[in-house]
Amino acid sequence: MLDILKTRLTQGYQTKKYPKEAPVLPERFQGLPEINNSNCGTCTICIDACPANALKKENSKIVLDMNKCIFCGKCETLCPQKLISFTRDHSLAARAKQDLLLNEQNSFLKAKELEAERLGLFKKSFNLRQVSAGGCGACEADINVLTTLSFDLSRFGINLVASPRHADGMIVTGPVSKNMEYAVKNVYDAIADPKVVIAVGACAISGGLYENSEETLNGVADILPVDLFIPGCPPHPYTILDGLLRLIGRI
Amino acid sequence: MSIKYCLIHNNESILIDLIPILNFNDFNEVLSNILVNEYLLSAFFADPEAKELYAVCSNNQNGSIKIIRTKIDDNKFESFTNNFPQAHLFEREIFETTKIEPLNHPWLKSVRFPKNSKSKIGDIPFFKIEGDEIHEVGVGPVHAGVIEPGHFRFQCHGETVYHLEISLGYQHRGFEKMLVNAPNSSTRHLMEIASGDATIGHVTAYAQLIESLTKTQVSMYDNILRSVLLELERCANHVGDVGALAGDAGFMPTQQFCGRIRGDFLNMTAMICGNRFGRDVIVPGGVNYQINEEIAADLSQKISLGLKEFLDAARLMFDNPTVVSRLESIGTVSKDDALAIGMVGPAARASGIIRDIRHDYPSGNYCFANIPVASKISGTVFARAYVKWLETQSSVKFILEQLAKLKKINNSKKQSKTITTPLAKNAISVSLCEGWRGEICHVAITNANSKFRMYKIYDPSFHNWLGLALSLREQQISDFPLCNKSFNLSYCGHDL
Repeated sequence: MLDILKTRLTQGYQTKKYPKEAPVLPERFQGLPEINNSNCGTCTICIDACPANALKKENSKIVLDMNKCIFCGKCETLCPQKLISFTRDHSLAARAKQDLLLNEQNSFLKAKELEAERLGLFKKSFNLRQVSAGGCGACEADINVLTTLSFDLSRFGINLVASPRHADGMIVTGPVSKNMEYAVKNVYDAIADPKVVIAVGACAISGGLYENSEETLNGVADILPVDLFIPGCPPHPYTILDGLLRLIGRI
Repeated sequence: MSIKYCLIHNNESILIDLIPILNFNDFNEVLSNILVNEYLLSAFFADPEAKELYAVCSNNQNGSIKIIRTKIDDNKFESFTNNFPQAHLFEREIFETTKIEPLNHPWLKSVRFPKNSKSKIGDIPFFKIEGDEIHEVGVGPVHAGVIEPGHFRFQCHGETVYHLEISLGYQHRGFEKMLVNAPNSSTRHLMEIASGDATIGHVTAYAQLIESLTKTQVSMYDNILRSVLLELERCANHVGDVGALAGDAGFMPTQQFCGRIRGDFLNMTAMICGNRFGRDVIVPGGVNYQINEEIAADLSQKISLGLKEFLDAARLMFDNPTVVSRLESIGTVSKDDALAIGMVGPAARASGIIRDIRHDYPSGNYCFANIPVASKISGTVFARAYVKWLETQSSVKFILEQLAKLKKINNSKKQSKTITTPLAKNAISVSLCEGWRGEICHVAITNANSKFRMYKIYDPSFHNWLGLALSLREQQISDFPLCNKSFNLSYCGHDL
């Protein structure tokens, strides 16, 4: 017992003060992309190199699709005019897929809180069931880490629960493999109305790199109504936390 | 005597025509002779177009990999599983993906239930024990925690589990099919999500394989950084596992401390490349990032602190007799069983098998290092925890030594390395890499257009899931979480 207390004293208080204080992110963190000026003529270097097929040109202007982006930063490195750059903004969640399409005019519309009915129910107590459906384990790990003492998710009234019957919503990771399709639907059906569906990671939002696989769907929005999209591969834990807190109006 | 098989080194490619095509009787004899001498079947697959079987065997003795191939007639061959249980899953996979049938295989069940598979996922006859008081417990695919999906079927008598059968495939994403006619711009990124918590392991295996097929040399600096990243990945996961075991034994302090320290190790990877899982840092040809003196010093300091805090946290658990006796008494896999089913990684080492790719088939920076192979003989949950605890310490020591070597370079800008040389045509290459779960094996066969005709991936989980099933025999159902966590296998790495 004394040993435990001693270790606790040596290790100190480790819970971060987010969102009151800004998160400490790695120096080389790549967050919200910015398209500075997409007047790049017929050049398609970034489009050809993008591994996630996340870039395209509309009316000869670059559009970056954060639904698919895996934040590798290849476009930033390769662009001869340095028109694309990744900022250190970790706040990436959105309420709709089209909000995640970035071009030079629009500033990114961050996720808004739920409408009054669900907000009233979930603002102070929000229980979520996580379902991995073809996820590689990275998104899952970065959700799981929110329950450790560094983030201490439960201080916001958010808990990850063991059964859909205890849950107010579900977090889906992975592109939804065909073999998990029925299980994802079953979990959704088992959650009482009104409920929330959250897609975490490029795979769950758009199928990500599995876009062309015949063994997966292209994300959970193919089968369920999704309320919150948290992009990344995997999103940083702070990105996920930011999304959850915005959804229940705590940021 | 004519040549019966090909000997290659780890990360070496050869023309496919150099591997003699044996008739099946010779193949049977040669492969049996090899496997009887404690070789591991690293890969065993069929090429459905050419109607050929390939077996790739490794051991811990001489640093060479044996590749054997045979031609088969009318889509059938005599199964090896009855004599060599380690072939069981390979043969089931061969049957599932190519319809080439291993005759007299004990039970050719589906492995991943791909599209057009005969049986629906989860809808298979499970091994059953019958009797008045026998009952069956089914768990999954969706589990109670934040964990990947899989189905577990226990045959029990009272609390005692006689048999556990694990049926996976829920995470199947058609991975290997997507790699036919690769590489392309997304292939490397795909490798990073073969099994997300072993990103560095899989992408290292892939990068080395491409380098062998293009005869590309990697600089010493890049090799050192790769090994640092691989060991950081090992530390993060081992620390997490030790903590989670404490949690499943009901001892919260170690769990809470380790959960946080695991995150710190992931953040150290992010110091190098901005991503906690090491995405987009290792590429064929080298690494995309370099670290300056400042980062190296900061890393050294953080990792020393991380180790100290981990050892403090782990000591609380290892000094606690209640926890230790809980871990010591369950989940035994004997050395004989572990050898027979071809277990790899820390789980195999905990059962007394001295097998570690970093030691047996060193590549890159590991050629210049001497990392002790941590092992224990009891094969219990405790042994697996203890091996992970030992390995974390030697990994940290190794990282500190390597960081000291790195100091000179001062370039903080991200690079975008690419290899433009086309892959060797009609060649085969094998890459082995000791990921944190154990041996990661990638095998590529190229076609005449320098693209992959076949690409096979064997995550250590592929070898070890049966080990988990065996560890639960004669144990109680309540021992399952501990046994499961002590292996901590990947579902997506198995299901691909």
